[in-house]
Amino acid sequence: MQRQRVLITGLSSFWGGRTAQALERLPSVEVVVGIDTEEPVLQFERTEFVRADETFSILNRLVRAIRADTVIHAGLVVDSTRIGGGRIHERNVIGTMNLLGAIEGGDSPVRALVVKSSTLVYGSSARDPTWFTETTARAGSAYTPVERSLLEAESYLRDYAEDHANVDVAVLRCANVLGPNIATPVSKALSLPLVPKMAGFDPQLQVVEEDDVVRAVCFAVQRRLDGVYNVAGDGRLPWSEIIAIAGKRAFPLPPAFTATATGPLGRLHLVDLPPELLDLLRFGRGVDNSKLKAAGFNYRYSTAGAVEHFIGAARLRRTVGETEPRYRYESDVEAFFRHSPAVVRRD
Amino acid sequence: MTDGRTEERHGTDALPAERRGTDLLPLRLPAEPESVGTRHGDVDEWGRSERTRQVLRRLYGGVYSHWFRAEWEGLEKIPTAGGALLVANHAGAIPADAPTIMHGIETELERPVYGLADYFFRAMPVVGTMWSRGGGVAAHPDNAYRILHDDHQLVLVFPEGTKATGKYYSQRYQLSRFGRGGFVEIAMRAGVPVVPIAVVGGEETMPMIAKSSRLAKLLRVPYAPLTANMLVFGPAGLVIPFPAKMRFRVLDPVHFDVDADQERYPRSRILNESEEIRNRMQTELYDMLRQRRSVWFG
Repeated sequence: MQRQRVLITGLSSFWGGRTAQALERLPSVEVVVGIDTEEPVLQFERTEFVRADETFSILNRLVRAIRADTVIHAGLVVDSTRIGGGRIHERNVIGTMNLLGAIEGGDSPVRALVVKSSTLVYGSSARDPTWFTETTARAGSAYTPVERSLLEAESYLRDYAEDHANVDVAVLRCANVLGPNIATPVSKALSLPLVPKMAGFDPQLQVVEEDDVVRAVCFAVQRRLDGVYNVAGDGRLPWSEIIAIAGKRAFPLPPAFTATATGPLGRLHLVDLPPELLDLLRFGRGVDNSKLKAAGFNYRYSTAGAVEHFIGAARLRRTVGETEPRYRYESDVEAFFRHSPAVVRRD
Repeated sequence: MTDGRTEERHGTDALPAERRGTDLLPLRLPAEPESVGTRHGDVDEWGRSERTRQVLRRLYGGVYSHWFRAEWEGLEKIPTAGGALLVANHAGAIPADAPTIMHGIETELERPVYGLADYFFRAMPVVGTMWSRGGGVAAHPDNAYRILHDDHQLVLVFPEGTKATGKYYSQRYQLSRFGRGGFVEIAMRAGVPVVPIAVVGGEETMPMIAKSSRLAKLLRVPYAPLTANMLVFGPAGLVIPFPAKMRFRVLDPVHFDVDADQERYPRSRILNESEEIRNRMQTELYDMLRQRRSVWFG
């Protein structure tokens, strides 16, 4: 098989950077180029960074210039505490539309598109099945900006896949992520001295470890996956049990008028409780991960394993502080390593 | 939130570079996950906890054998292994039949029973959680299929739904419509038999004499009952049933001669099978009522 030439959107995001690091170690990947509006924070060996504006206006030229056969869309925002509702729409819906516009056309070299989406598209409600498969419809309509924008982005991807039979479009719907390095609404809630829970509810949650997500994206790139896949660790755990594993105490939130009661906490930046998390703390969510497994993927962590791994790393950090040095991207240093004849490159 | 973007970009307080980058590969790994983790509880994927069930069985044992004096007929017709869909008639404003059937089968056959119930339970604080830990599952066809087909367990369903528990005492032992026969379709798809159970006594445990649709709407429940229990026991009547004698008759299991996991089953066949099961249960109920000498002593 021909070596792959990969373009990553959102290189400076957690997922973009991690995926680039993993891909540049694969011999089957010839070129890795990443674009973003800001400089990446991770150190790369052979990934090239190109600065782009929000609308990806250079993407059209870029994919053709580097003859990218695979595009990884790692820039979808799934955590609504990061940016405001309007920006979420801009990034997720308009961003995806621009991306698809750029890789379209008869002269486009792109043959595979891998998108990291989220199980937020299923929502979380009383009418949910215990396990969602990739084809299960969500129970109610989406009401939060991030869920709506993800559903719209996915609908564009579906249309694109339908119109371009020669392009493999893999949509990876990832469950709530926990891991040593990523901060998500769930991990932030678990890091509080008192962990919020909904009084009278004890929903079952499913999580996936951060490395398993990166491995799943690389797997989709290498295997040229086509279609929608759930990415989530085996099993579900009651929220009370997750809190117990963390060795924390729970703080009950009122099950009625919850948003009104917790609103001030969020405005004071004490606790971030986005509406998606409040729904999750009421009804939980479970997705069937067997489709990706049947394609040959093996998870490293089950839900319980991922929770333990996350808690262990948090405890270690609390005791000894940051164990690894931080790196900031310096373009001249990177340019030296990449282009100077003095640097000995292994092939 | 102008600063949100920076935060997203540079991760959070922790984003070390190159953490175990090489560990991400190779992609071919042993089939078993490296870290399955240790569980701290025994709640299964459906929300049922055997420990909670044990406590409930101990608490309910007295109610089961001394209050309702439950008696079974044909218990041997319930399979001791493999999936089966138990179908029973439903009665009483707050029905006592579900917990008694689940308790009876769990103590007699020593195998768990998952009881399907309406979604609105899940939305209720405390009640919803207890219901789930006690073996209750939201009545989604996918849930029923997985428990029957993948887990080979017993599932209990009341096909009449809230129509039966929300009916007046004057309509007792008149089976309502069995929905659209969805339970037959699930059993066909899962390749398991349907085991009908006729229940006598349930109707008299909490007879409904009036209901308020306005209050029901306000409380977001299917019906807001005024029961005879409330007249006798006051507000406590909401939870104290009358000590009617409860009898359960297990009918012959119904095996459908169709292949499991079909895309679709003929709608007419489903409706006919459902109607036949309903008729059999109705006949048996009348037979049991003919033999019943007293509501309280059976």
